[in-house]
Amino acid sequence: MQDADPAGAVVAFEHVTKRYGGPGTLDAVSDLTLTVPAGEICVLVGPSGCGKTTTMKMVNRLIEPTSGRITIDGRDVMSLPAVELRRGIGYVIQQVGLFPHLTIGENVAVVPKLLKWTPARIRERVEELLDLVGLDPDSHRDRYPNELSGGERQRVGVARALAADPPVMLMDEPFGAVDPIRRERLQNEFLRLQEQVGKTIIFVTHDVDEAIKMGDRIAILQRGGILAQYDTPAAILAEPATEFVERFVGADRGLKRLSLARVRELDTIEPVIVRAGEDRADIRRRLDRVEELTYALLVDDQERPLGWIDQSDLAGSGPIDPGAATPGAPTVQPETTLRDALSALLGSSVQLGVVVDGRDRVIGLVSVDAIGERLRAPIS
Amino acid sequence: MRFGPVDLEWVADNADRIGELAVEHIYYTVVAIGIGLIISLGLALLVRRIPRLYGPVLGVTGMLYAIPSLALFALLVPITGLTSVLTVEIALVSYTLLILTRNIVEGLRGVPPDAIEAASGMGYTPTQRLMRIELPLALPVIVAGIRIATVTTVGLVTLAALLGLGGLGYLIITIGTNRGSFGITATLTGIVLAVGLAVIADLALLAVQRALTPWARRRTG
Repeated sequence: MQDADPAGAVVAFEHVTKRYGGPGTLDAVSDLTLTVPAGEICVLVGPSGCGKTTTMKMVNRLIEPTSGRITIDGRDVMSLPAVELRRGIGYVIQQVGLFPHLTIGENVAVVPKLLKWTPARIRERVEELLDLVGLDPDSHRDRYPNELSGGERQRVGVARALAADPPVMLMDEPFGAVDPIRRERLQNEFLRLQEQVGKTIIFVTHDVDEAIKMGDRIAILQRGGILAQYDTPAAILAEPATEFVERFVGADRGLKRLSLARVRELDTIEPVIVRAGEDRADIRRRLDRVEELTYALLVDDQERPLGWIDQSDLAGSGPIDPGAATPGAPTVQPETTLRDALSALLGSSVQLGVVVDGRDRVIGLVSVDAIGERLRAPIS
Repeated sequence: MRFGPVDLEWVADNADRIGELAVEHIYYTVVAIGIGLIISLGLALLVRRIPRLYGPVLGVTGMLYAIPSLALFALLVPITGLTSVLTVEIALVSYTLLILTRNIVEGLRGVPPDAIEAASGMGYTPTQRLMRIELPLALPVIVAGIRIATVTTVGLVTLAALLGLGGLGYLIITIGTNRGSFGITATLTGIVLAVGLAVIADLALLAVQRALTPWARRRTG
């Protein structure tokens, strides 16, 4: 492990082949050579049977290669006992795989315990990690996995994988089991987390949109474990290397390029913020001063959006009735891709999106026009 | 003082002896369940390693379970002797094996595969995984098996009296059939105590299970 930034390690596959049958059968992974730079997210994507999960599991030797070698920072993974190797690699699976009979705190402490850390050090680390993934340590530490929501369990799974601060993390469809809206949020959260921790991540998915959003690099595999293309998302969308890649990425490549840009790159509009009980006439005056807005945004006492207030709610004077707000303002986060943002905005009547931070507090507003404008600029 | 056909005075006079017989009864039961558990755990771990042995193991333990207890005693007496604890325990243990082995195997098979995969992927050794993940998660099913086996065994221990041994069967069978005037009293006392023991053992095991598996009860909402 290196102390220098980035915290990740270089993972290299050198002519790696995995064959289950005898000669003449299709390989699971075929002569794979690729290097994942330290601190980057490499997404393995492809149709089922393309060997993406097999490829990932060869890194921590849940599956052992038939030939070729895999190194982490130059060190062959076969040079360590498998158990020791695995304790040094974070592992997140789709069904999360939390241990139902252990509390959240005990689940997170699994690897540190296997590594025989002192109880005090483990306690401190658990606290730090739950905090890092946005779960209050005091109210979550002693609960059992079945008392948590799917999204919370997923975050505990990530905290557990990070526990011993491994330079490399393997993630097997980590957001596959949650619904699309929560998945979007978990992806955003994870990207924010990765900015802090800078791990080298090997991420398996079958969803090309997820690959484009999450990957610094994408490895597209086809049946028989053949690497079809390995490049940045932008390069793959701009120039698919083969017909297979072109078909796999889809006919809407132009639209998918919207996934390369994020909401944080847009010019936001300052909203007219309204709280319950404010005077209607006063709100009307403030709203009139902003040309591009015909709606004010009602927020609760923690700055979280509740709904839109339009002109008709603002007749006369006296305190505003919170019940008058039209709920359903679509919320997006700075990490949301323009593709997801556009889809959310087009689905709402107001066509304005509320940008919120990780705690759901309002940061600003984005409009469909702003996305259109960003599209006219070249997307890197 | 009489209570229907029951001579309570006889019960009071013989309370010490009755207590001893009850303790003996518990002892036979605990030994049978303990040895049964050890053998069943071994069989279950063997089946876990070599799954195709499950059929034969169920076949043999099922056959042991199906042999009438009197027939089993008759078979064993020439080998292990008549008034012999060994004879009784061999019979009792053989009746627990089917239930215990099956429940341990099924309990281990019911462990969520994602928990097993996560455990391997995080660097548990196979033994650590078995002891810290698989057996604890199989515990509710295993304890359910222990409860059934215990209740069955408490009933069967009464037959130890047929071999001239103690336990509550001594009240029910030995005294109950030989000593005319308080025979019925002894029989009824033995039956009530045996049933009571079975119920108490079952509830105690249920309490143990609940104490050991707090995670299986608490749910969201």
